[in-house]
Amino acid sequence: MSEAPLLEVTDLVKHFPIKSGVFIDREVARVRAVDGVSFTLHEGETLGLVGESGCGKSTVCRAILQLVTPTSGSVRFAGQEMVGRSPRELRPLRREIQMIFQDPFASLNPRKRVGQIIGDPLELHGVARGAELKRRVQELLERVGLQAEHYNRYPHEFSGGQRQRIGIARAIGLRPKLIIADEPVSALDVSVQAQIINLLDELQREFSMAYLFVAHDLGVVRHVSDRVAVMYLGKIVEQADADSVYRQPRHPYTNALLSAVPIPDPRRNAARQRITLSGDVPSPIDPPSGCRFHTRCPRADDICRNTEPALLDTGSGHAVACHRPH
Amino acid sequence: MTPMLSVRDLRVSFATDDGVVRAVDGVSFDVDTGEVVAIVGESGCGKSVTAQTLIGLTRSPNATISGSVMFDGRDLNTLPDNELRTLRGARIAMVFQDPMTSLNPVYRVGDQIAEAIRAHRSVPKAQALRHAVELLESVGIPNPQRRVRDYPHEFSGGMRQRVMIAMALALEPEVLIADEPTTALDVTIQAQILDLLRTLNSERDVSVVLITHDLGVVAELANRVVVMYAGQVVEQASVDALFAQPRHPYTRGLLASIPRLDSPRSDRLPQIPGSPPSLLTPPDGCRFAARCGSVFADCVKPPPLVAHSRDATHLDRCWATGVSA
Amino acid sequence: MLRFAVRRLAGMTVVLFAISVIVFLIFNVIPNSDPAARIAGKNANPALIARVRADMGLDQSLPVQYLTMMRRIFTGQLTSYSSNQNVAEQIWKGLPATLSLCIGAALLWMAVAVWFGYLSAVRAGRFTDRALTILALVGISLPVFWLAAILLYFLSYKVQLFPTGSYVPLSESPVRWAYHLILPWVTLAVLYVGFYSRVLRSNMLDAMNEDYVRTARAKGLSDRQVRLRHVLRNSMIPIVTLFGLDFGAVVGGGAILTETVFNLNGVGLYAGQAIGKLDLPPLMAVTMFGAFFIVLFNAIVDILYAFLDPRIRLGESAPV
Repeated sequence: MSEAPLLEVTDLVKHFPIKSGVFIDREVARVRAVDGVSFTLHEGETLGLVGESGCGKSTVCRAILQLVTPTSGSVRFAGQEMVGRSPRELRPLRREIQMIFQDPFASLNPRKRVGQIIGDPLELHGVARGAELKRRVQELLERVGLQAEHYNRYPHEFSGGQRQRIGIARAIGLRPKLIIADEPVSALDVSVQAQIINLLDELQREFSMAYLFVAHDLGVVRHVSDRVAVMYLGKIVEQADADSVYRQPRHPYTNALLSAVPIPDPRRNAARQRITLSGDVPSPIDPPSGCRFHTRCPRADDICRNTEPALLDTGSGHAVACHRPH
Repeated sequence: MTPMLSVRDLRVSFATDDGVVRAVDGVSFDVDTGEVVAIVGESGCGKSVTAQTLIGLTRSPNATISGSVMFDGRDLNTLPDNELRTLRGARIAMVFQDPMTSLNPVYRVGDQIAEAIRAHRSVPKAQALRHAVELLESVGIPNPQRRVRDYPHEFSGGMRQRVMIAMALALEPEVLIADEPTTALDVTIQAQILDLLRTLNSERDVSVVLITHDLGVVAELANRVVVMYAGQVVEQASVDALFAQPRHPYTRGLLASIPRLDSPRSDRLPQIPGSPPSLLTPPDGCRFAARCGSVFADCVKPPPLVAHSRDATHLDRCWATGVSA
Repeated sequence: MLRFAVRRLAGMTVVLFAISVIVFLIFNVIPNSDPAARIAGKNANPALIARVRADMGLDQSLPVQYLTMMRRIFTGQLTSYSSNQNVAEQIWKGLPATLSLCIGAALLWMAVAVWFGYLSAVRAGRFTDRALTILALVGISLPVFWLAAILLYFLSYKVQLFPTGSYVPLSESPVRWAYHLILPWVTLAVLYVGFYSRVLRSNMLDAMNEDYVRTARAKGLSDRQVRLRHVLRNSMIPIVTLFGLDFGAVVGGGAILTETVFNLNGVGLYAGQAIGKLDLPPLMAVTMFGAFFIVLFNAIVDILYAFLDPRIRLGESAPV
C-alpha cells in the first residue's frame, strides 16, 4: 500500500533490569525481553507475530501500548510518536488502539457486570452515557454473538469462549483502528477457537481494523495473517507475507518451528521432513553471542557465532536475519 | 491376544452442590501390548477423568464409579485401594500435564524419583538415587549426576516433563498414561517430548494411553484413537481410518475447524456452533444433536456405538452413518 | 547472605529508632504523667516539684531528654523514676520467667495446633472437623486474662489442683517449676492453638488439591505417606513463618496479661507495673526490648524460609 503505515515500530527495545544490592539496589543484569524490533502495519492489515515462550512477543504488545515504557526505540501511530508521551497526551491515541488478552478467565474483572466492562471505555472517552450507553453496549453484545440480556451478568457465569467475546466487545466498542490481540484463542478449545477466529475476521472487515495478532499456534497465525513476523529471543528473525513464510521459510528457526508442528493426518505427518531442535531456549538475560539462534541451529557457522545478522530484505518484502538462510 | 488393558462401560459421576455430574458415561476401549491409544476430546468431555479412574485416582466419597477396567486378569475398579496401590506407579504409571505444578517444589528431583522407586521396592536410598541418575540419562537429560540434586524449578519446562517421564518409567511399567503431556510446552519442545514417547513405546514396548485435545499430536503418535464428547465415546478407530474417513459429525467438525499448515488458506474456518452440553443434565438423545449439522428425527434417541462398515474396529455413535446420505 | 544480614541490621536500627521516638512522644503527651509531680509526692508545692524536675533533668528540652535516655539505655544505666532500680537489671531478672513461659507455651501450642489442624484437614467436613473448628473459634475468642482468671478460680482455688501462680526457677526445682507453669502455659497456648490449627487446616486443604499431591498418589504412595510427606510438609512452611513472628511478639510483650494474672515475675509483669505507675524508663526499655525481639525473629523467619522453600534462596537471583 502506498499510504503511510498505521503503526510504525522502529528499533523497539525493552530491557527489564534485575536489581540487587545491600542498601541501594543496583542493576546486576538485564532481561533483554525485546532487543530491537521493527515492523510496520497498514490499515486493515493483519500482522501475525509468532514465537515461543520467552521470545518477547507479549512484551512487544505492551510496549507498543506504553503499558510498559520502552527502554528505547520509537512507536508511531498514525504518524504520532507514542514513546515518551504523558498519559494525557496518549489518551486520544489510546482510543484508537485496543487490546484483547489471552486468558478469558483472568482478564475480566469478576466484580463488574458485563455491561459495565464493555461500557466503561465508552464512558471514559465521552462517547456515550446513560441510556444511550446501554443501547450501544447491548448492540455490541449482539454483534459478538451474545445476547442483550447478558448486560447484567457477571463474568463467572460465562464459558471461556463467551468471555473472550466479552473482551472483544469491549475492545471494538470505541471503533479502534488497531487491535492488538495477545494470544486471543490459545486458552480456548479447538471448536471454540474457530468461532472466535471467524468472529475476529468478520469484525475486521466490518470495521476496517488492523490487527497485530500474537500467537504461538502457527496454524492459527497463518490463517488470520496477511503478513507474519517470527520472533526469537527478543528479535525478529524472519518477516514476510503469510504464504511466503509458510511455503518458503528462509530462517532455520522458522523452518524448525514449522516442521515441529504435527499435521493432523497420519500419513502426511509421517512423510514430512522433521527438524528437531536440540536443547532449550537460551536465557534472555544472557543471550548467545553473534546470532542468537546459533546454539541450536543445524547450520551454524563461525560467522554465526561471532556476528549478529541484520534483518535484511531478500526481495519482495521477505526479510531474514541470517548469515546462511535457506 | 487379550488386550493389556480392557475398559468396559466405565461410568464415573460426582455428587456436587449443584447436582450429580456424569463426567464419564459408558466408555469402553482396549489397549493392546505396545499400542498407543489416544483419547481425544475437548475440555469437559471426560477424558482426564477416564484416565485418572484407570488407576483409581478419582476414588472419593462423592464419586460413584462403575464398569470394569481389566488388567492382568483383575478388575482394577473393584480392587481395594491398598492392592491397587501396588500396581499404581509400578505397572501402570502416569504422567501429567503441567510438570511445574506436578512435581513437589520442596524436594529434589532425585529424591522424588527415589521415592517412587522405594514405594514399591525395598532398596536403600543410595541405590535408588543411583537408579534415578540412570533414568534421567535415559530420557535425555544432560549432566544427570549433577541434575539429580536439583529442584524442579531449576529445570526448564521440557526438561521437567522429561523428569516426570523418567519418574513414571522408574519401575518399568507396562502401561504409561500420559495426560496432556505436551499441552503446556512450546511446539519445538513438544516435538522433542513426542519423539521421546515414541522411542519409549517402540523400544521398551510400553503401551501408552495418550490423553490430548490436539489432533496433530494424535496423528503423530497414536495407533488407535478414541474420540470423546460429553462423557461418551463418539468414535473409535485406527488412526489411519479416523483421519481418512471420520464418521461422526463431531469428529468431522473438529478436523475441519483446525487451521492446517498443509492445506491452502481458507477464507472462513468451518466451525461447530454452540458449546458442549452440561454434564449435570445431559440431553436424552444424541448429545451432539444440538450442534449437529446433520441432525434428523432419529436423533432424539441415544445412538449406540457400533461399527457401520466391514471394518469392525471403526465404531461411531451416530444414526446417520450407514444411512445412505 | 551477608547482604541480607546487613540489610536487616540496618532495618532493625531504623525500626528501633522510630519506636523509641514514638513511645517517648506518647509518654510526654499523656496527661498526668509528669514524673516529677508523682515523685515529689501528694502534698508537694510547685517549688518542690520544680526542684525535682531539675534534678531529674526533666526541665531540659525534649530532644535532649530523649538523647539522655537513649544513652542511658545503651549503657545500662537507666533507672526507673518511681523505684530507683536499674531498668536493665530488672529486665534481666525477669527474663527466665518470661522465657520459660513463652517457650513452654510455644512448644505446647505448636504440638497441639499441628495435631488438631492435621486432624481437621484429614477429616474435613466430618464431625471431628466441626468439633475442632468450634474449639478453635472458642479458643481464639477467649480473652487471655479472663481465661487465666477462670482457670485459676476453678483449678486452683475451688479444686486445689494447681498452685496459684508465682514463678519457681528451674534451678530450684524442675518439677515445681513445671507445675507452677502448667496453667500459664495452657492459658497462653489456647489462643494460638485455635489460630494455628485453622491456618494449618486451610493450608492442608489447599495443598491436597495441588497437582504434586496427585502425582504422589499416582506413584503408588500410601495415603498416609502422601499426607505427611507432601501435604503436611508443604503446608508447614507458612506456619513456621507465622510462628516466628508470633513468638517474637509473645516474648516481646504479649505475655503481659498472663504474667500479671499468674504473678510470674517476668518482663511482662514488670512492664505492666510500669504502665500502672506511668513510669517511662522501664516502659521505654521494655518496648525496645520487645521491638528488638520481634525484628530479630522476623529476620530469623526469613532465613528459615529459604531453607524450607528452595524456590527462595536469599542473596541469589532466581534461576532462569
